[in-house]
Amino acid sequence: MTSLTLPFMLVPRVAPSRAMTWLSPLLAIVLTLAAGALLFALMGQDPVQGLRTFLWEPLATRRGWSELALRATPLILCATGLALCFRANIWNIGAEGQLIAGAIAGGGVALLATATSTRAFVPAIIVAAAAGGAAWAAIVAWLRDRFHANEILVSLMLVYVAQLLLSWLVHGAWKDPDGYGFPQSRLFEPAARMPIVLAGTRLNLGFIVALASALLLWLMFARGAIGFQLKVAGLAPRAARYAGFSERRLAWFALLACGALAGIAGGVEVAGPVGQLTPTISPGYGFAAIIVTFVGRLHPLGIVLAAFVLAQFYIGGELAQSRLGLPSALSGVYQGLLLFFLLASDTLIMNRVVRRARLVVAQ
Amino acid sequence: MAPRLSLTGITKRYGDTLANDAIAFDVMPGEIVAVLGENGAGKSTLMKAIYGIVQPDAGQIAVDGRAVRVTSPAQARALGIAMVFQHFVLFESLTVAENVALGVAPAPLADVTARLRELEARYDLDVDPLQRVHDLSVGERQRMEIVRALMGAPRLLILDEPTSVLKPQAIERLFVTLERLAADGVSILFISHKLDEIRRLAQRCVVLRGGRVVATVDPRQASESELARLMIGADPPVIASHDSAPGAVALQVQGLDTTHAAERRHWLHELNLHVHAGEIIGIAGVSGNGQGALMAALAGEWLDVRGTIRLFDTDVTRAPPVRRRALGLRYVPEERLGHAAVTTLSLQDNAVLTRDELRARGIVNRGAAWRCAQALIERFDVKSTGPGAAAGSLSGGNLQKFIVGREIAAAPRVLLVNQPTWGVDVGAAAAIRNELIALRRAGCAIVVVSEDLDELYELADRLFVMSKGRLSPGVRPRDIDVQELGRWMSGLWPQTESVESAA
Repeated sequence: MTSLTLPFMLVPRVAPSRAMTWLSPLLAIVLTLAAGALLFALMGQDPVQGLRTFLWEPLATRRGWSELALRATPLILCATGLALCFRANIWNIGAEGQLIAGAIAGGGVALLATATSTRAFVPAIIVAAAAGGAAWAAIVAWLRDRFHANEILVSLMLVYVAQLLLSWLVHGAWKDPDGYGFPQSRLFEPAARMPIVLAGTRLNLGFIVALASALLLWLMFARGAIGFQLKVAGLAPRAARYAGFSERRLAWFALLACGALAGIAGGVEVAGPVGQLTPTISPGYGFAAIIVTFVGRLHPLGIVLAAFVLAQFYIGGELAQSRLGLPSALSGVYQGLLLFFLLASDTLIMNRVVRRARLVVAQ
Repeated sequence: MAPRLSLTGITKRYGDTLANDAIAFDVMPGEIVAVLGENGAGKSTLMKAIYGIVQPDAGQIAVDGRAVRVTSPAQARALGIAMVFQHFVLFESLTVAENVALGVAPAPLADVTARLRELEARYDLDVDPLQRVHDLSVGERQRMEIVRALMGAPRLLILDEPTSVLKPQAIERLFVTLERLAADGVSILFISHKLDEIRRLAQRCVVLRGGRVVATVDPRQASESELARLMIGADPPVIASHDSAPGAVALQVQGLDTTHAAERRHWLHELNLHVHAGEIIGIAGVSGNGQGALMAALAGEWLDVRGTIRLFDTDVTRAPPVRRRALGLRYVPEERLGHAAVTTLSLQDNAVLTRDELRARGIVNRGAAWRCAQALIERFDVKSTGPGAAAGSLSGGNLQKFIVGREIAAAPRVLLVNQPTWGVDVGAAAAIRNELIALRRAGCAIVVVSEDLDELYELADRLFVMSKGRLSPGVRPRDIDVQELGRWMSGLWPQTESVESAA
């Protein structure tokens, strides 16, 4: 038996600081910005100017804030659902797929609207999107329940199935006949678009729904019996069995609820800023939401704040591309850095580093 | 001759509590020294300091006359110190041999397995090296820890309450083993709160109270009450006597069978049992012989069973725990953390766990939960910072008082208790036993599973023994002695049905 020996090892701390568990996300954000500045410098940009473009410009105007909130909307919705799953120790990482399924279902309903349709289409789209996302998550739940299939793998793989399904629809049955052959549906009728809530911007009803979902999550865990059951099931499955909480029922609930929320995210995205179905309706919101969930400490308020941070990375990345000529992949790099620094901070909060030399003793 | 271990002025402070206050004593080569003290007296902290898990704030440790700073268990092992813990840190998904191999110098697994088998046979420890740890009971895990400690051929062996999970015969065998090790020059530090064991084994006993050495005595010269008084600083609590006629049948088990389960150790073979109102049934046996499965089946955690379970006039064989609780059945599982309570949640939340009325109609009544936890803390003298304290922050004894209290205060008509006082100090254990007796007097039917035979003799109106998933006939405690009970634990009870008289 051989083992890799590092000069350092991690020893769990007896009592990890409670304050630090909450400061850790902030520390991670600061470190991300520092590394980001370094990154700008390495790419031959003035780091101050780079960070200014990346961080400050999106916040400089009212319109900038509204765009930020618009981007945060699907992140909040997906992250709220994911927090529900993660608290119960259900590792659904396929919110992206559930979002796309919701976009397909919501978009399908939106396509039924005609020039004479009424606003009644708006709630119908949201309900259809929720049902679509929930149905997609139900596949995960059923396979987990029936065959003990690993939800991490199943939910992730279903993302690609959903993407291909969407692609197949917009290349085929739902392709806009007047679209010059582009793989996209026709534009939705005004009646099938999310109402704007802030005049002069693109911010729509979806943002209100997202905030409501975060509030609902907070209520569920602060007061709800189901939130209590999910929490116990996640922390101590045997204690949950002892109390008589059905593990199967809770898993179904968490997955369906998460699927519905992610589905709504997809629905309000296509019926909101996008306005039609395209093969790539989400720039990875469902995956970025995983980072949002952890940076937000599975807490609704934390999730809303973290969603704005990640939304800023999306917009900042686009601005860096258009203003500074940097690759738009920058936003992905920032996301990765943030998650990396968060995990590193958490590890160092839970453990302390000990030099191995001190452990070795002459035999 | 230099002492094998010499401690001077060992001091360790946790926040406001002085866990160890200038502790000093020596252990000579080949000497067996007992460390006696209640939970919270500082025994565990002291052992952790010797074994390098915690660093004392002050004081010196010398091994074989050489001053050392033990900064890690690896270093302690290099110095020839081995420790058997009360709580185990094991990889659940690995086998016994794999777990042991992880802790020793690199060696082929086959060699480790062979050496394990040899040690296990020599000391009669009965652990299969190829079994996976998650299939082992608490008792089997403890035996595995002893074998593991012996793997490194230690010169100082520390045992933290090692006998709490062994059969009487096995305890005697362990003592013979320890004496043999001592004769070979191995020093032994033996932590216990069982006075008879200490008197049987040790020539010298260090008594700790409140983090200090209050006395060093020869346990053979001191009486048990003297030792108890030294340990708790007051006269030991008295267990209330009890004798009253049992009432009607409260819990009726017929043909309970789980031999269809995938794992053999969960098998129960056609169990029949009647428990009357106002009666305490004691179930003895080495853990891992089906007691856990029986409790899970009776409590409703395990619904996939054959046979019938009747609570009063209701067939509850398929009823989930919530329904059984509504009918007055309450359960205290063996494992406190992660089963009876959620470690990281507050006492307030842990009250909500089994008090179904605190989360009626889908809403958790946090105010009522707080008051419930507060009432339990006061009534059962639970030492904690209040209902907001995390379950894991309490000492074992105090958390057990809270858990037992939570179920008792719900006025059960049938109470199942697995290991009511495991790892609990003398005072708390007496308090819990007195609560059980009071409940019995109030007409509750009680099933106590325990490996502490003294406890069963003290509490039970009828005794049963479980061995390999089978239940012995019932017998009155005064009709069976400990040696005979020990034979029953190996499955050797009289095979006549007539002994079960109270059916």
